[in-house]
Amino acid sequence: MRLLRVAQFDIPAFIPVVFLGGLLSLLLTACSGPANSPYPPGQVEQSILYSAFSVRPKHLDPARAYAENEYTFIGNIYEPALQYHFLKRPYELEPLTTESMPRIRYLDQAGREVPVTHPALSFTEYELRLRPGIRYQPHPAFAKRPDGTPRYVPILANELATIDRFDQFNETSTRELVAADYAFQIRRLADPRVQSPLFGLMAEYIVGLKTLANEIAADVKKSPKEAFIDISRFDFPGVTVVDQYTWRIRIHGKYPQFQYWLAMPFFSPMPIEAERFYRQPGMADKNFTLDWQPVGTGAFYLAENDPNRVMRMVRNPNYHDDFFPSGHPDAGKRLPMVDQVIYSLEKENVPYWGKFLQGYYDASGVSSDSFDQAIRVGADGQPDLTPEMRQRNIQLSTSIRASNWYMGFNMLDPVVGGLSDRGKKLRQAISIALDIEEKISIFLNGRGVPAQGPLPPGIFGVREGQSGINPVVYTWDGQQPRRRPISEAKQLLAEAGYPGGRDAKTGESLTLYFDTMDSGPEAKSRLDWYRKQFAKLSIQLVVRSTDFNRFQDKISKGSVQMFEWGWNADYPDPENFLFLLYGPNKKVGNNGENASNYENPAFDRLFERMKEMENGPERQAVIDQMVRIVQDDAPWGFGYNPKSFALRHSWVKNAEPNLMANNQLKYRRVEGTARAAYQAKWNQPVWWPVVLTLILLGAMIWPAVAAYRNKLKATAHA
Amino acid sequence: MLNYLIRRLLYAVPILLGVNLLTFALFFMVNTPDDMARIHLGAKRVTTEAIETWKAEHGYDRPLFVNTQASGIEVISDTLFVDKSLKLFAFDFGAADDGRDIAREISQRMWPSLAIALPTLMVGLLCYLSFALLLAFFRGTSLDTGGVILCVALMSISGLFYVIGGQYLMGKLWHWFPLSGWQTGWESWKFLVMPVVVGLIAGIGDSTRFYRALFLEEMGKDYVRTARAKGLSDLRVLFRHVLGNAMIPILTGVVVVIPRLFLGSLIIESFFGIPGLGSYTIDAIQAQDFAIVRSMVFLGSVLYIIGLVLTDLSYTWVDPRVRLE
Repeated sequence: MRLLRVAQFDIPAFIPVVFLGGLLSLLLTACSGPANSPYPPGQVEQSILYSAFSVRPKHLDPARAYAENEYTFIGNIYEPALQYHFLKRPYELEPLTTESMPRIRYLDQAGREVPVTHPALSFTEYELRLRPGIRYQPHPAFAKRPDGTPRYVPILANELATIDRFDQFNETSTRELVAADYAFQIRRLADPRVQSPLFGLMAEYIVGLKTLANEIAADVKKSPKEAFIDISRFDFPGVTVVDQYTWRIRIHGKYPQFQYWLAMPFFSPMPIEAERFYRQPGMADKNFTLDWQPVGTGAFYLAENDPNRVMRMVRNPNYHDDFFPSGHPDAGKRLPMVDQVIYSLEKENVPYWGKFLQGYYDASGVSSDSFDQAIRVGADGQPDLTPEMRQRNIQLSTSIRASNWYMGFNMLDPVVGGLSDRGKKLRQAISIALDIEEKISIFLNGRGVPAQGPLPPGIFGVREGQSGINPVVYTWDGQQPRRRPISEAKQLLAEAGYPGGRDAKTGESLTLYFDTMDSGPEAKSRLDWYRKQFAKLSIQLVVRSTDFNRFQDKISKGSVQMFEWGWNADYPDPENFLFLLYGPNKKVGNNGENASNYENPAFDRLFERMKEMENGPERQAVIDQMVRIVQDDAPWGFGYNPKSFALRHSWVKNAEPNLMANNQLKYRRVEGTARAAYQAKWNQPVWWPVVLTLILLGAMIWPAVAAYRNKLKATAHA
Repeated sequence: MLNYLIRRLLYAVPILLGVNLLTFALFFMVNTPDDMARIHLGAKRVTTEAIETWKAEHGYDRPLFVNTQASGIEVISDTLFVDKSLKLFAFDFGAADDGRDIAREISQRMWPSLAIALPTLMVGLLCYLSFALLLAFFRGTSLDTGGVILCVALMSISGLFYVIGGQYLMGKLWHWFPLSGWQTGWESWKFLVMPVVVGLIAGIGDSTRFYRALFLEEMGKDYVRTARAKGLSDLRVLFRHVLGNAMIPILTGVVVVIPRLFLGSLIIESFFGIPGLGSYTIDAIQAQDFAIVRSMVFLGSVLYIIGLVLTDLSYTWVDPRVRLE
């Protein structure tokens, strides 16, 4: 090894080379952009949207994906027939790939058309007609040999062995979207290998879906694992392909909310070529599956799927005509408005927030850690940006989410359950005692609004103002709801048979049990807060913290007394919340989503009417009655509706919150030059610490050198 | 030596079986296959049928250890334990519960882990040994006292503090390096520097104190006095004799960790967004993905055994008196 002699020491020559090389690279990087930029030089000026994901999506197969972080991707890649209008509120469906909204016909048992109110109505048929000329993204499943046979089906093992990344399939092609693709995807919902979470619900509605599932399951048993099975050959009366562009879906009875499902990725088109391509031997071993490499007609396609690091969506070169809706400065502009969307993996809040402030992420939520730095709440209770955020021209948008978070009472429980006065008054008393306003203020930094009933604001059926309050828990002070005093709760408790928190018959103090998924030191203050609320009524609260699985298990068996639970809307219809209290949807026995096991025949009858009605005064009246019943029965302590806080930089345009649309990325616009300028301004490197560190090191080494020299001199003199 | 190696490898088989059995038993004591299905299927609209289908698809519908419905050897062989464990010995890790191939994932993620761990180990060793030698050389002086106090102070601080502090200073305040992230190829260097520096600083306290204690022990021995009596310079005694003789315990500590460098660091990888095996393991535990957990535990055990064997071999290299028989 070549050695350099420095002072009295021999050091390997490569060390200064590496050191100088590193220093040079740092200087070069600094010259070509901020040294701390995580992106390649020159990229930030481009029309690219930068964002992050904290948890890798589990599924990208539209028949299987059902989580928000999965929809972030597939919502922009796949195109169901319908979509939510980007700007209109309340939310409104509009055609996406179809020429118009579905044509709906009502049929009797013999298939004859009948009026909507006819007692013999047995089926509803949705007829949809595609816009011609829509094409898929470039994909190897469509590539063909000169003789017209698929290029990669079958793929030889030795050819597949040379392909490690999906972009190494050199030949790609496309084809036109046809009605059969939508029909094929609906059949896939019944494929047991796909394990669609929607199958259970849709099997109740789509004619013949359950039978189809049984037939496919029988075929799966006979076939090798992961083999391609042509599920389109089975008879399936639920979906009919009328012609190249038209298909019909037939469902049992009447289910107006079915249209909303048609706007969800479950009902996206799936080309049979893709299924045939991915279900070849060896493909899954290389992670080439529909669950990881989507194939859609949407505005973007997934160009890079490395969920350990980055997921990159690129503008689909075959994207059909699509323009920004009217009533906006960008109206009429072609979509999508950015060329790429890059999502980087960011598991921790601290670096995410830091990179947002440096300008390396275009948008961010507001976590509890960064709330005080970003938001200040004014005297009027309204959130506003801090001066630091204003100085950076950061924009804030807030919206109440179509979700609720409540404290449920198990109606099967002998103490808190039942529709008798005893149970009802106990629940009402607890509902008053639970000071949700305080909880929102302490634990959510104001990011929520107290719920007045099962429906969140923004959903049809919710009443505003005085007529919308929950009269059991609130009074109206002329301007806003005011929680009833604790004395009223105590009075209700006494009427329930527990004066002073003791059982009037036995004299024993009342002890209640509360199940929650919160545990650990962070949850302690929150759980203490719950205990304090119950202590106001002299009720002893026993908190049973458990994990997700145990909690789910206890809920499904009904072995809880009180619990915390929530629901995110699938679609903006009151039915999607009120069904959580519908008797036949009970968890216990029926395995439904009614976790409180609430069953009130009057409510159930009204629900059955309401779910089939169109929005209008008549439906509103029925909803009013239903809400009043549950407010009185109090199967839930109506908690709060979460409020989203979203921050974005000034160079990001068209980021109006739309809580229902899954395909919002195509509307976003980015001013890359402005972004680059801000990034350069905010990320000037500070070099004095380097000098200081060198001085400090010198100051540490010098005494050692001096001491060594003194020692040598002392030895020489001796 | 060959006999010794063969014997050690044979010992490894029951150890790995035991580790596998223990992992399996512990995992399924905490999680039932139903729990795993629920975690993977989510909270919305999950039916009992969906749970049963998921279990059947992933092979979790069989008994754990004994199949009372089967006969003959299948009583044992047609069980979850045998099905999920035996393939591991052929390094066939199978697919994760989300369908992704585990071996492929490991082969991709071991390099980022190694890219952080190797420089941290090598540069760290150089720094810690130099610092420890310096303190040992000036033992009993105010320099030594100050150094030891500094080491104790550094080792008293949580590793997380160094991570967050490093990110704050080098990334957020001084804008030297990206706060987190990863690039493939040479572009990765700027994402490496900060985690490596943070790893180095976090390890200074305890490593330096450990090495200093080793050197001081050696410096008190007769051969050092003899070397000095022969007129050798202090530096020569320190580097040639003391360092050489302290190598056995140093090697014990270092060689055993070398194979495990692939496995990565949980905190560093998570905070710096490094897609290594440390974060892979922690994600799998959180997602209750037994397929990944058992694979990583098995791999960790294999690498640990390899590390121990390498340590034994390194003894013979450092100390000619040691013979493996």
